[in-house]
Amino acid sequence: MGKALRYLALAGYVVFLAFPLLWLLSTALKTPQEMASLHPTWIPRAPTLTNFADAFGEQDLVGSGLRSLVVAVATAVLTVVLALPAAYALARYRSMINRIALGWVLVSQVFPFILIIIPLFMVLRRLELSNTLPGLTLVHVTFVLPFALWMLQGYVRAVPRELEEAAAVDGAGRVRSLLSVVAPLLAPGVVATLLFAFISSWNEFLFALIVLKDPDVATLPLTLVKFTGAEGVVRLGPLAAASLLATVPSLVFFAVIQRRLRSGLMAGAVKG
Amino acid sequence: MRKKVALAAGLLVLAAGCASEPPAAAPDGPVKIKFQSLAWQKESIAANKELVDEWNKANPKIQVEYVQGSWDNVNDQLVTSFEAGDPPDVIHDDSPALSGFASRGYLLDLKDKVPAELKSDIPQAAWDTVTFADGKGGQGVYGVPFLQESQVIIGNKKLLDKAGVRLPTPDSPWTWDEFAEVSKKLTKGDSYGVAWPMKSPVNKVLNLGLNFGGTFFRTDGGKTTVKVEAGEREVLQRIHDQLYKDKSADPAALGMGAADPLPGFYAGKYAMLPVGVYLRQQVVEQAPDGFEWITLPPLKGATAEQGAVSQTLSVAADSKYPEQSLKFMSFFLNGSNQVKLAKGDWLLPTSVKAAGDPAMTTEENGWNVATASVKNLVVAPFLKVNGFDEWKSKVATPTLQQFFANKITLDDAAKKLVDEGNKVLERYNQ
Repeated sequence: MGKALRYLALAGYVVFLAFPLLWLLSTALKTPQEMASLHPTWIPRAPTLTNFADAFGEQDLVGSGLRSLVVAVATAVLTVVLALPAAYALARYRSMINRIALGWVLVSQVFPFILIIIPLFMVLRRLELSNTLPGLTLVHVTFVLPFALWMLQGYVRAVPRELEEAAAVDGAGRVRSLLSVVAPLLAPGVVATLLFAFISSWNEFLFALIVLKDPDVATLPLTLVKFTGAEGVVRLGPLAAASLLATVPSLVFFAVIQRRLRSGLMAGAVKG
Repeated sequence: MRKKVALAAGLLVLAAGCASEPPAAAPDGPVKIKFQSLAWQKESIAANKELVDEWNKANPKIQVEYVQGSWDNVNDQLVTSFEAGDPPDVIHDDSPALSGFASRGYLLDLKDKVPAELKSDIPQAAWDTVTFADGKGGQGVYGVPFLQESQVIIGNKKLLDKAGVRLPTPDSPWTWDEFAEVSKKLTKGDSYGVAWPMKSPVNKVLNLGLNFGGTFFRTDGGKTTVKVEAGEREVLQRIHDQLYKDKSADPAALGMGAADPLPGFYAGKYAMLPVGVYLRQQVVEQAPDGFEWITLPPLKGATAEQGAVSQTLSVAADSKYPEQSLKFMSFFLNGSNQVKLAKGDWLLPTSVKAAGDPAMTTEENGWNVATASVKNLVVAPFLKVNGFDEWKSKVATPTLQQFFANKITLDDAAKKLVDEGNKVLERYNQ
């Protein structure tokens, strides 16, 4: 009975989580008349692919999706590459400067990004990086990095220092100890940070709006917003179809990487 | 780790090569200008792209690149572009946004630059919507107005016929009193005569307020203050009465955006919707088979006047090719092209030639009624008020929402609009 209840609760939770996605799917397959019904239905009465055809026909969804993917993957990788050594240093070498640095990392998160948009854009122009994907990646890394650093240093702290000391006693040098002992235990943290950075970049709109002016370099959020009009009026069908497609890469990325999250945990347990 | 860094850096350099800015035109090559459009409806995007293609084929030396922006965030994007000196050459926006841009010197003054043919094809009332202070003590023209919106009423034809009410025409519109009577007649059981979507109530109220001479602002000796007197109170009171005295308007619709009451309209829950002319497109697209609807002309108070704002094309002050941009704009906004643009956006052309086109005066989908409403449009007084945006967001929107939700009286609302509003405007008057 208890097990059945647990499964029931779990199923309810899954349905709750899946609701937006299923509603998006249902909406994307509806005709305009059905969408405007006062009594909405889950299953479209006359399913249509017109919304998908309109979305693809009017906007460069594939191109902008690929550009978003390049930026998000580059942001995730660069963020982790930059944050990992800094996080290790902050976690392992405690000093007044490190504590101040960590405090500053947190403080930097409270500034509204809108304040820095214009100076940032001017710097990018000076570097000839405005209107380019590397420019946007640089901006995304800049705003994701502080929190990623904070996350990672927490994961490093969670790895007992004694394990490194034991490895040293066994004759392992610092690099060997980092690669063989610390890295496997940090894998879940790294994966979680990668996910955080990827999703932050994938969904980011404001910086992309400011940095990317040329339609040939527009990312997916910039393309999606083109289905909205004045006074909040939205072309719901094509927007739902395009948004549905926009969620797919995130889901795939999650599906692929979550196994790493689990295997990382197991690896850590064995080594420990 | 080094390999990873090198790989990432390599990827970025590669991507930079793929996505760098287009090369500048060669000295004797074609001039390239960027046209940022805010078209968003399917037909409108098609019309815009078709006209750009037509221009590009006929003008190999002035090539236009179509860039699509969005209404949601265009002004944030433009401010950054202006500040950084990298705006599009030709800019689509609406007239309320131009005032601030003009006073900061972001836009080119087109006063003496618009070709005579285009200038004379657009009435002075429309030019007034784009004439603003230049920030140096003078006045300039900072855009070419080409599409306008009026407030009409979309009605459920079957319900109106069943109620046996007189259907108004542009020559004989309903007065607000008649409208109130008809709304009461159409209210039965769970169905309401009218739904007032008031999620963003300010522009609607200020535009309709002109029916009774309500201008909401007074300027004396260069100083602008808020006024809420008899003329300004009239429309506010009448809508409030429909909501709480006659109970012919659904209070549940107050929090809705412009298009949100449409499902209820199709289902017969609301018999009439006072909305912008462009919403007819949504009705055509979404209404169930057999649904009969009708476009009714604007209401009449002391007059049928409404405040007008325009969609505009402007040239950036920083544009390297202002002459070429203006040539393109003159083509893009000629009479026959305005017909295509107006049809695509379901709005009203400013061009006199376009307004007389058979496509704009057909009875189909209420175009005749919509186009006739242009004669009631006058420049919205708030367009000229420095600080209007802040007054609107900080004072007027919350105050009107409270008033329409019946949480404060009209006297309270008037006091707030004036007292708090004048504090806001004081800063702009200095």
